[in-house]
Amino acid sequence: MSLNVSNLACFRTGRLIFSNQSFVIEAGEAVMLRGPNGAGKSTLLRALAGMLPSEGSVILNGIALDKDVDGVQEQIAFSGHLDAIKPQLTVGENLTFWARLFEGGSVDNAVDQFALAEIWDRPAHACSAGQKRRLGLARLVVSGRVLWLLDEPTVSLDTETTARFADIIKAHCAGGGMALIATHIELGLEGARVIALDPTNMRTATPSSDPFLSEAWE
Amino acid sequence: MNATLAVLMRELRLALRSGGGAGLGLAFFLIVVMLIPFGVGPVPHLLAQIAPGTLWIAALLACLLSLDRLFQADFEDGTLDILALSPMPLEGLVAIKAFAHWLTTGLPLVIAAPILGITLSLPDTAYWWLVISLAVGTPALSFLGAIGAALTVGIRRGGLLLSLLVLPLYIPTLIFGARCVAAASEGMDVVPAFQFLAGVTLFTLALTPIAAAAALRMHMR
Repeated sequence: MSLNVSNLACFRTGRLIFSNQSFVIEAGEAVMLRGPNGAGKSTLLRALAGMLPSEGSVILNGIALDKDVDGVQEQIAFSGHLDAIKPQLTVGENLTFWARLFEGGSVDNAVDQFALAEIWDRPAHACSAGQKRRLGLARLVVSGRVLWLLDEPTVSLDTETTARFADIIKAHCAGGGMALIATHIELGLEGARVIALDPTNMRTATPSSDPFLSEAWE
Repeated sequence: MNATLAVLMRELRLALRSGGGAGLGLAFFLIVVMLIPFGVGPVPHLLAQIAPGTLWIAALLACLLSLDRLFQADFEDGTLDILALSPMPLEGLVAIKAFAHWLTTGLPLVIAAPILGITLSLPDTAYWWLVISLAVGTPALSFLGAIGAALTVGIRRGGLLLSLLVLPLYIPTLIFGARCVAAASEGMDVVPAFQFLAGVTLFTLALTPIAAAAALRMHMR
């Protein structure tokens, strides 16, 4: 089990966001993705999840992203800037829905790990930002997916929950999982490898694969 | 099956809870039809003549009212990204969402329509066909609307654009649906119009989930 990325490049509206990204994540490994604002961390994560068009090769457990998008996506759990929570539903209804949809890991386990029992019956609109984030991250556990792509997962979490979340990532990796985490803080994952995205390498005028956008910026 | 049921129950819950807008279409339908006698005047034979068309046009507009939220809400809170990664194909998801939209918007109209038929002095012979034609025709409205909702997802205040895109597509359903009721009230043969109406609905049910899912995929890229 591994994620092999080679020569990945990504364009958005004809502009090159990053190029020449090559790295490997082995089973059991958590890797930090670092870079200043605008370096393309979120874009890289979305491209790996097949939610943005990209060039180059992404192979997850032997399945190539450009050949079988669904096959790759069915191994990925993604957590972005938005929590994907419905404010009208309770915490329990939100989490149970994701568990039934993904038919993956155990709900009880997620409830324990993210201390959701005390807010289980509370409508999500009455939860604080940190509680919503906890609920959003609990979705990773119930999805039962191998590769976690996390975009600033610790935003609005307190220090205690952040530490607990680092333990949850470790437990996920110890079970053979993989994680790629874009973050600015020290998560407390000792010895985690770092992939740095450097915006100074970017060229501005670039060929685009989108025929509608060619010469659009001249 | 479990996942399908989970999505359906969630859609129904969201529609019925506060801000879901399930009752909105029905209330709009009631008010628009109630306004017609005031505008046209209390002339029974005139009202009876325009009743089929009026009821069908009001149903079309009532259906449109809540369509712009079909994917927009999921897009705004990030749910759409996660749904795209789920084991359920996007086409299936679109079909379930459109079906839930029909259950909460179209079905109440089917039930309320006969009562409103009375206020428009619809002839006795037409009531059954009014209910049947709406029951068969309104699913097409929800499913065609899903295409418009998928195309306008991510556009701020896309509701108006949605109406412009979708209303022309409603024309076949409107023609054959209203013709069904009119034929029944005039004592003519209903079957040809009804067959066309059912045909349009079946065609729509089969093809729109594919079209709407393609539009959603385009947006997420």
